[in-house]
Amino acid sequence: MTALLELEDVACHFRVPGGLVRAVDGVSLQVQKGETYALVGESGCGKSTLAKTILRLHPLVAGTIRFDGEDVAAMRGADAKRYRSRVQAVFQDPYSSLNPRLRVRTILAEPLRAHGVARADIAPRVDRVLGLVGLPASSATLYPHEFSGGQRQRIAIARALILEPDLVVLDEPISALDVSIRAQILSLLEKLQQELGLTYLLIAHDLALVEYAADKVAVMYLGEIVETGPVEPLFEAPKHPYTQTLLAAVPHPDPTAPRASADIRGEVASALTPPSGCRFHPRCPSCLPICNQHAPKTVTVAPTHTVACHLHD
Amino acid sequence: MVTSASSSNESLLEVQDLKTHLFLKRGVVRAVDGVSFDLAGGETLGLIGESGSGKTMTGLSLLGLPPKPAGRIVAGSIRLGGTELVGMGEEELAADVRGSRIAMISQDPMTSLNPVFTVGSQVAAPIRAHVADGNSRGAALDMAVRELDRVRVPSASARARDYPHQFSGGMRQRVVAAMAIACQPEVLIADEPTSALDVTIQVQLMDLIERIQGDTGAGLLFITHDLGVAASLCHRIAVMYAGRIVELAEVEALYRDPRHPYSQGLLASVPRLGQRKRLTSIPGNPPNPLSLPTGCAFHPRCPHATEQCRNEAPPEVTLNDGDTLSRRVACWLEA
Repeated sequence: MTALLELEDVACHFRVPGGLVRAVDGVSLQVQKGETYALVGESGCGKSTLAKTILRLHPLVAGTIRFDGEDVAAMRGADAKRYRSRVQAVFQDPYSSLNPRLRVRTILAEPLRAHGVARADIAPRVDRVLGLVGLPASSATLYPHEFSGGQRQRIAIARALILEPDLVVLDEPISALDVSIRAQILSLLEKLQQELGLTYLLIAHDLALVEYAADKVAVMYLGEIVETGPVEPLFEAPKHPYTQTLLAAVPHPDPTAPRASADIRGEVASALTPPSGCRFHPRCPSCLPICNQHAPKTVTVAPTHTVACHLHD
Repeated sequence: MVTSASSSNESLLEVQDLKTHLFLKRGVVRAVDGVSFDLAGGETLGLIGESGSGKTMTGLSLLGLPPKPAGRIVAGSIRLGGTELVGMGEEELAADVRGSRIAMISQDPMTSLNPVFTVGSQVAAPIRAHVADGNSRGAALDMAVRELDRVRVPSASARARDYPHQFSGGMRQRVVAAMAIACQPEVLIADEPTSALDVTIQVQLMDLIERIQGDTGAGLLFITHDLGVAASLCHRIAVMYAGRIVELAEVEALYRDPRHPYSQGLLASVPRLGQRKRLTSIPGNPPNPLSLPTGCAFHPRCPHATEQCRNEAPPEVTLNDGDTLSRRVACWLEA
């Protein structure tokens, strides 16, 4: 089976006055058709930059991104345009991702117009996609401010789906929403994935959400993937000390559960001057002498479960 | 786990039927609409609810800071150790209460620190204003360094000369905490103090807040929307919806057996690590604060709503949770 999305040694760097920020530095992963692949990590780990690189919103500095077997960076003209219709995104904050001056109808029609859909087909497709995300057809004549946060996120999802994409990048799709609304949007995304056969790349910092919604997960730290694998075995027996730390730090919504703890020192280093060797070593509770010398290689510990850590070399 | 502090007769803070309304051009928002609770020294009371439920406005009302010019406390009473705060003049509040007896740790450490003053001088500011022997600049700064040390800012005396932008998010939130505890307040309000932080930093800060409270014996009002954070820090929890407390209970009782349909909905709608259980969502959307539903404000989203719920607001009833603990629920199902 060929992967729908395949990343090989992908890097995205930014030149800033202080030097070079290695936001994404040598990331490889494969997303199969129909699955939900989650990228997790703390702020600054590069997960959103990676998503934007996949969306061609940031330049690829090194490595290859293949979509359905085709080299994404090499796409030009009509190919690039077709790629943009097949890969869509839903962003975190539906208050800033929708243009407040456009009616919902215009917001949803814009991608269709850009991709040359015949005028007569636009209105029925807008109607259909509104139904798909559970909004009444009458919503088309309203402006974003007339909707609540959850409804706005439905509009953003409708906009992402109107071109019938294969892959949808979900960048923190529920974290800006009210707690009571989150489960609604999650079940909507699940339903759409089943009905339309969508593939999701889910960017999230909430590990409980990832465990609930994703099939596979890649844990990122300072621009690199430290561990990947199917969600269930990985969350049950995390191999990388950083994954273990992250999981132990989640506060459980249960007062009788063991208290969240963090056997971790300090804070994430700057991506401008990443630590030598393993980038996690200054904070690692089980750091070895070799860890500040050499970057660990990625090894396979179980089928499709990989980890980059000297403890598992 | 945590043992509940006694909250029966020695309440440090007593809030009775507090109403804070916002008078806007488009109408009146009853942001806080009849809220009552008490808080004992050493106790942590969680205030949970969605944005717009009135939890932050409740915190601001305690400080005498409802947003100007629209916001006003229109009724109710806030008693702090026997002193009535509602109706107290602004000068007296500023001199004797705010920052000294009641202090707040706000959500966003980016905006709650002034970028053009050193961290030390900002932590020293409340000390110079309120502490008698802290009115010389040097003495106040020394005390500020002690406070920074207490919140575990490494090399506090050197860092006191730095500016906020030279600190990380987690360290900035520690500075804000140092400012809040600088005058040994009796009541500490923490408004989503950890929600802007990453989980590994969040844990460190939760430990810190608990330690501060243990040291100072302050009563802590902890405002959050995160059911996980609330479960691990709070003794009791008040669930707010549309300006009211719909349920107030001891934390374990609430999570084990939520009685109000909104509390039940909230607890059933969050994913939990280790259980890939299907989530049940609360239908509908949070109400428009300018035109709240009639009767019980939750009735349009409630699976158990009856004709009575549509017409009449439910009374608050007190239920027994065992011998010593009681909970309050505002729902017709329990009335």
